[in-house]
Amino acid sequence: MGLLDLFRKQTKSAGVAKERLRIIVAQERSSRGVPDYLPLLRREILEVIHRYVNIDPETVQINVGREEGQDIFELSVSLPVKPPKPAQGARRS
Amino acid sequence: MAEIIVVTSGKGGVGKTTTSASIASGLARRDKRVAVIDFDIGLRNLDLIMGCERRVVYDFVNVIQGDCTLKQALIKDKRLDNLYLLAASQTRDKDALTEEGVSRVLNELGADGFEYIICDSPAGIEKGAHLAMYFADQAVVVVNPEVSSVRDSDRILGLLSSKTKRAELGNGKVTEHLLLTRYNPSRVAKGEMLSVADVKEILGLDIVGVIPESPDVLAASNSGVPVIMNDESDAAIAYQDAVDRLLGEEKPMRFTEVPKRGLFARMFGG
Repeated sequence: MGLLDLFRKQTKSAGVAKERLRIIVAQERSSRGVPDYLPLLRREILEVIHRYVNIDPETVQINVGREEGQDIFELSVSLPVKPPKPAQGARRS
Repeated sequence: MAEIIVVTSGKGGVGKTTTSASIASGLARRDKRVAVIDFDIGLRNLDLIMGCERRVVYDFVNVIQGDCTLKQALIKDKRLDNLYLLAASQTRDKDALTEEGVSRVLNELGADGFEYIICDSPAGIEKGAHLAMYFADQAVVVVNPEVSSVRDSDRILGLLSSKTKRAELGNGKVTEHLLLTRYNPSRVAKGEMLSVADVKEILGLDIVGVIPESPDVLAASNSGVPVIMNDESDAAIAYQDAVDRLLGEEKPMRFTEVPKRGLFARMFGG
């Protein structure tokens, strides 16, 4: 086994570690400082908007950021493009 | 006012206490008046690493609860005249530490003319760790070149930037330093261990010191002498460099490369 090891290509586990860490650290940083109540808040806001407009929940984005010592709450909703109303005449026949 | 430096890491067993003892001793050797406080309530250990475990009469919690004065609880180091230790309590009551109490002790140390206060944080992110970092001006985040330690360090960096007095008051940031311990250059060269550059890149912070893995560290804790006092040791020299960098000096990193061996050593060395 000793001799064979000499020829076997060594796996560079440090590279694997670095890649895994890069991903998990980025992911955890992005969710850092987000208040615990955010998921519930998001759901309730969605329900309210839904009463008036038919929206796709996936298009709603909520961000909490910090700028100059203030927390900024950002809500972005894409409203659906209304299908054009059918022309009056066309409807009759 | 004293400069308050927390030594923290999140993960346990990475070398916080070893580092606290060495940084405190290193600063004292540079003629600074230093107090080092063990925040690991219930698991006192800094006294052992500094070799004064048999001289602990009163501890940090005793001072906070008013059982004794701060002067009575401070243990003077045997080797260095301007170094003092405040031991952790062995009580299991974690609530013994309060923000008000810790603040009072730190202020009193400052008023007594201490220039540096080193806070040795417990592992984890609970109350002891929180209070150890809360009043800090600077943080030394001890990290091993290993996945769980690096991840936990990032978590701690997040807490340093949000859950400290400086962060809450918007009073400037806590100055953060990374200290890499248990570094093994030959394993790094073989691709088996994260390199200094890898850790620096992942955490996005500069490195204040790289301490090579060394049998001297265990030998030092066995005998209760901070490893930095052993001038023969690579680990000690690396800690001395780190202390110099904390004091603002620029020094090149040492012991981060595999030592080049001469022909003779290559032929006959192990």
